[in-house]
Amino acid sequence: MKHPLSVTEAIALIPDGSTIMIGGFMGVGSPLNLIKELVRQGKKSLCVIANDTAQKGMAIGLLIDAHSVNKVIVSHIGTNPETQRQMIAGELEVELSPQGTLAERVRAGGYGLGGVLTPTGVNTLAADGKQLIEVDGQSFLLERPLKADFALIKAQQSDYFGNLRYRLTAQNFNPLMAMAAEHVIVEVEEMLPVGCIPPDDVHTPGVLVDMIVKSEAKA
Amino acid sequence: MNDKEIIARRIAQEILPGSLVNLGIGLPTMVAQYVDQAASVFFQSENGVIGVGGFPEGMENPSLTDAGGSFIGVLPGAAAFDSAFSFGLIRGGHLDMTILGGLQVDEQGHLANWIIPGKMVPGMGGAMDLVTGAKRVIVAMTHNAKGKAKVVASLAFPMTADRRVDLIVTEKAVIQPTKNGLLLKELGPGCTLEEVISLTDATLIIPDDLPHMQI
Repeated sequence: MKHPLSVTEAIALIPDGSTIMIGGFMGVGSPLNLIKELVRQGKKSLCVIANDTAQKGMAIGLLIDAHSVNKVIVSHIGTNPETQRQMIAGELEVELSPQGTLAERVRAGGYGLGGVLTPTGVNTLAADGKQLIEVDGQSFLLERPLKADFALIKAQQSDYFGNLRYRLTAQNFNPLMAMAAEHVIVEVEEMLPVGCIPPDDVHTPGVLVDMIVKSEAKA
Repeated sequence: MNDKEIIARRIAQEILPGSLVNLGIGLPTMVAQYVDQAASVFFQSENGVIGVGGFPEGMENPSLTDAGGSFIGVLPGAAAFDSAFSFGLIRGGHLDMTILGGLQVDEQGHLANWIIPGKMVPGMGGAMDLVTGAKRVIVAMTHNAKGKAKVVASLAFPMTADRRVDLIVTEKAVIQPTKNGLLLKELGPGCTLEEVISLTDATLIIPDDLPHMQI
């Protein structure tokens, strides 16, 4: 059984300088309470792997505003001018990865693969520094797997084993990240007794989840 | 009818009944308004859903948005999934069509739409995967921006994918990139051939039969 920790206890376990994956897409499906607590505890020098940096003052954007992050690996920063400002000012390293490639790199990290071969990005700037591999006459980029020290993810429901069910488009990168990190902290809307999520409806099995934090408010 | 409506209405005619279509943010999203409901088109949003449809006024769900972060509705029969699956649909040849905005398209049919080096670095998001993987790529853009042509001989900005797009639709023209160059297919409402040539910085192949858009 895993009993929910307070957001303070869970985040206190994350050292400065950690590589953390954060679920969500423009803040939808992001663990907003966990993110706010990272800022409140003044974490520094984080490397964040996520789809995007949301907007200034919102979700992962809060970590950018607080200068908690040294590097981001993301697919998109167009909605957050502060990320672009810090990148241009040399305060923040930004590695851009095509969104489908980013998803596959996280998946590869979690599934124990040495990388993935994708046609996306061949002969573009996204191919810089990457190995080109030909398979049956078609060119692919070798994209390396991503792993993290911590995954901070968001689910709609968890039972006390940590079995998770996501909701609609709040799913996005969350189940992939739950596989790809050493420690998985999930923020959930609702705690249910074991057995209340039917086996067919479990998106992420509880064995992958290390810590559960209950959302303080509907986020 | 304004320029964007002309473009959206013309592109809507390209969408086949029962197909799976991904619409980019902005102008491409407008296309859905002009697609016949009876055609049962499936709209995908790459953040993880098939079956986008209808604006959920008063029923906004914080866990149901499009790739631009806007609240959306879904139709009965919709399906939700994770990002790897969503891009598997896109890259794996399951997506019939993507409609994207563009900064420029060149004579080879290459699209640039994700970066203006030194000026604007939004990142590629899903654009590279979409242009690489969709069966058909349609570019929706105004013919000119700030007086400058967007259909050009060669790209001034980095390309999105090493793939020839299938169709360019502007308010002035419908252009089909081919292996021999840019084939002008139709003129915009009220446009003359001379006007289109003067507003384009690329060589166009002009056919004998050149109709106006029927919208």
